[in-house]
Amino acid sequence: MSQLDETGATAAITGKSNPAVSTGTDPTAAAVLPPRRPAWRRAVATSPFYMGCVLLAMIVVFSIMKPDSFSTVANVRNITLDVAMLQVMAVGMTFVIVAGGFDISISSILVFSGVVAAKFMENRADNWATVIVGAIICILCGTAWGLFNGICIAKLKVPPLITTLGTLGAALGAAQLITAGSDVRTVPQTMFVITRYRPFGLSWLVWIAIFVTIVFGLILAFTRYGRHTYLIGSNIESARRAGIRVDRHVISLYALNGSLAGVAGMVSLTRFSTTTISGHSQDALQVITGVVLGGTSVFGGIGTMLGTAIGILIPAVLTNGFVVLNFQPFGQQIVIGGVLIGAVYIDQLRRRRRDRI
Amino acid sequence: MTALLEAIGICKSYGHVEVLREVDFSVNAGEVTALIGDNGAGKSTLVKILSGTISLDSGTIMLDGKPITMSSPTAARDLGIETVYQDLALAPELGPAENTFAGREILKHGFLGMLGVLDKKAMRQQAGEAFTSMGTDVKDLDAPVGALSGGQKQSVAICRSVMWADKVIFMDEPTAALGVRQTGKVLELVRRVADRGVAVVLISHNMPEVLEVADSIQVLRLGKRVAEYRGADATVEMLVGAMTGALDPVTKTAAGGGAP
Repeated sequence: MSQLDETGATAAITGKSNPAVSTGTDPTAAAVLPPRRPAWRRAVATSPFYMGCVLLAMIVVFSIMKPDSFSTVANVRNITLDVAMLQVMAVGMTFVIVAGGFDISISSILVFSGVVAAKFMENRADNWATVIVGAIICILCGTAWGLFNGICIAKLKVPPLITTLGTLGAALGAAQLITAGSDVRTVPQTMFVITRYRPFGLSWLVWIAIFVTIVFGLILAFTRYGRHTYLIGSNIESARRAGIRVDRHVISLYALNGSLAGVAGMVSLTRFSTTTISGHSQDALQVITGVVLGGTSVFGGIGTMLGTAIGILIPAVLTNGFVVLNFQPFGQQIVIGGVLIGAVYIDQLRRRRRDRI
Repeated sequence: MTALLEAIGICKSYGHVEVLREVDFSVNAGEVTALIGDNGAGKSTLVKILSGTISLDSGTIMLDGKPITMSSPTAARDLGIETVYQDLALAPELGPAENTFAGREILKHGFLGMLGVLDKKAMRQQAGEAFTSMGTDVKDLDAPVGALSGGQKQSVAICRSVMWADKVIFMDEPTAALGVRQTGKVLELVRRVADRGVAVVLISHNMPEVLEVADSIQVLRLGKRVAEYRGADATVEMLVGAMTGALDPVTKTAAGGGAP
């Protein structure tokens, strides 16, 4: 069977060989690849594009109506600082939701991490070493809760919503146990040094959020880790059969989400100089709202980091605009609620239409 | 002629139920081998054993004349054995190229590759070339797989296996969900895959389809191989007879094997 060996060898298409050249069985082998649609045309069809237009329209309208109070440097600083902490968490949430998961526990993880870090720093020397170790502890606490979430979800097969509902309560309870229910207010002064500087006009906390967004946005879009995240969210069985270690990957996603909640905990601690135990109950919901508004599909497999950044900004700009215009700020919640449901409805419609073909 | 993949005396029981009773099965390189049998004859169990999904109780599997053991589908894939599942196992939100390279992504060279950065251009290029060279009608590499037609989805799943399997591809009812025209296209594709020198095992219920495309037909009944035909010699009556037991004792053909 020497002929077999020959054909077998040429037919074996490895990552390096060229499939089209190796076969002479088909005359169409020489056919050219279909040309790729230009990047702008592909971009125009995506939800981040639509949502970006909505955001831009809002900014233009508010700027025209109140140019002296909305489109000012101080107001831009306000909005971005409000958003920074949420954006850090939204980065992790984007990974989790793209993989078809869900995590509502991050607000409590944030509080728990902040409390542990604050307790650690409370009675130590007021210097950078303390702050840096405190920050590391803060992030590690978040990672630990995330790992716990991930193991429950991937190994014990407890649904994500229930697991994180459990840790939502547990982490907050643990934080309150540590502080006996009251906030830790004695945070080292060294931490606030960085809030005094505003490189390029924006707070360091905002730059941290931008840095996290760019780094993890690149990971999601361009690396194997990101690709596996999409695959798992799109069809977990397909990912498993493709040899991807799905359980390990899912655990790492929740751990990442927890770590970023830890980072957000440090951002919050720096900004408010207290642990604000009761001030974060809405955080996870706001983060999920932003991620979904940005075009990430709650059914998994679709989503971008740019979309998330836009989606997080929309409610913040709307709230701010309402305040600047002296509207009742509560109206914003109604608008966002409606837009959120509408966005998921359109996502559903698109899927149904696609699957019918 | 030695068979590329040969199973000898495969037994598998679940509790007291003997699903496979000393099944023999062999496939040759460059041929389409149809595996047919009534429901419960043990087709899927046999394929699952030969593709490494479940373990066997006793028996030997030989690849290229050497005995092999497969502990997992991944182990089977490393040996050049792929399976196209009936549900295709495609990720609907991702494109054809992304699906083709799922779990086997090509990374960029050098430092970026060490960071895990994908070489999307190379994957797109190679997937596109595979689709064209296999004569499929998968034209739009930007559309998500979920938006493709049933036949195109099947083509993507088959091309994915072809790109990685250099020995054996199992196809579980690849035309079950397709219309007439698309069935024809997929069968042409199955033929071309075999012409590349890969052994294709086609599981099917559709007798005319089996007769049209298969070089060799092996019939299972009640956990045993009861007949083996060359494609050209068989007729629908013979196949149905062997499947249902109406033709017992089995007429052996020149291809040998068959029931004891």
